Amino acid sequence: MVTFIAILFAGALFAGFIGSLTGLGGGVIIVPLLTIGFGVDIRYAIGTSLISVIATSSGAASAYVKEGILNIRIGMFLEIATTLGAIAGAAIAFFAPTHAIAVIFGFVLLYSALSSFIKRRANAESEILPEKKPGRMIGLLMAKGTYPTANGLKSYTLQHLGGGFIVMSVAGILSGLLGIGSGALKVIAMDSIMKIPFKVSTSTSNFMIGVTAAASAGIYLNRGYIDPVLSMPVMVGVLIGSLVGAKFLLRSRTKSIRLVFAIVITLLAFEMIYNGLAKNI
Amino acid sequence: MRNIMGSLLRVGVLAAAFLVVLGGVLFFLQHPKEVFDYTTFKGEPAKFRQVHLIVKEAMNLRGRDIIQLGLLVLIATPVARVIFSLIGFLIEKDWIYVSITAIVLMILFVSLLSNYLTF
Repeated sequence: MVTFIAILFAGALFAGFIGSLTGLGGGVIIVPLLTIGFGVDIRYAIGTSLISVIATSSGAASAYVKEGILNIRIGMFLEIATTLGAIAGAAIAFFAPTHAIAVIFGFVLLYSALSSFIKRRANAESEILPEKKPGRMIGLLMAKGTYPTANGLKSYTLQHLGGGFIVMSVAGILSGLLGIGSGALKVIAMDSIMKIPFKVSTSTSNFMIGVTAAASAGIYLNRGYIDPVLSMPVMVGVLIGSLVGAKFLLRSRTKSIRLVFAIVITLLAFEMIYNGLAKNI
Repeated sequence: MRNIMGSLLRVGVLAAAFLVVLGGVLFFLQHPKEVFDYTTFKGEPAKFRQVHLIVKEAMNLRGRDIIQLGLLVLIATPVARVIFSLIGFLIEKDWIYVSITAIVLMILFVSLLSNYLTF
């Protein structure tokens, strides 16, 4: 058992490191690692993964809160969507067959690996946001804010509140069903749909991930999907790995490393889909 | 308020990590030879599932019980963050966001205490 825990800890360190380097988060790597690597039942794997998601997002968010670029109000409003989605996702997970969950997981993994590669157009700073007359709901929610740039404070107003809310619900469902943070989808909802500046979107998303994961983790805990012996090395390993990854990210050029890991994640995705279809999981 | 929230998150994660590591060390000392099987799902016993039992069992200082308390502290950290936001909006008398935050808090409590609620 000591050997098992030690190997698991090393794997979690690695998962946390890759997760923060690629920006995908530890969860998408922990679930395949546990199921394919260690033969752990996917239900235990998802519960364990949620724990690591809360740990890394709370750790990272504490830094963002101080920088003051995140929009706490909009984050809170959208958390209604993500937490409700997360509970729905956890409920679906109890009824869905495990091999179906594995297949869905594989496709989400495949998508994340590809999207981490498609280069974002660098519009965050230069873009001039179209000034539209804000609707009543947006005025009521004070859905606007400012963020610091090189040229001083820049202000922004939200758009498409309804569309953003729906995509956030889907992000919550995927998070609760698969035990991942679904940070990428949260950023898409805010940045592409609601036209919130990219920097504000990423930090607000990170801030929301912990609350979203806590909503489904509560249900997973109550249903007995969260095991202490399994969670211990994973939580500590992912936490340390992601902190090291964040430091590494600041110091080095990571393009080639990211390419290697995207290939690894793509292979994991196919492995999950294959095992799911073959009903091995 | 932002500073309090930032430190709250950090303290919550550190406290949880401390309990989990402490519990892990105790577990190895108490059960060096025990082997668990996770290949088939059995589900955890009530003492690892229900909030009041997790808190109660941890007082016995057994390794796995302390780890589980640490995990509970970790799950409670974002909940505490939402409670602090609620207090912040109350101080600002921002009633719209007081209501929004109260809804989020209610959803989190329903989830965390779902064993005690009958649907």
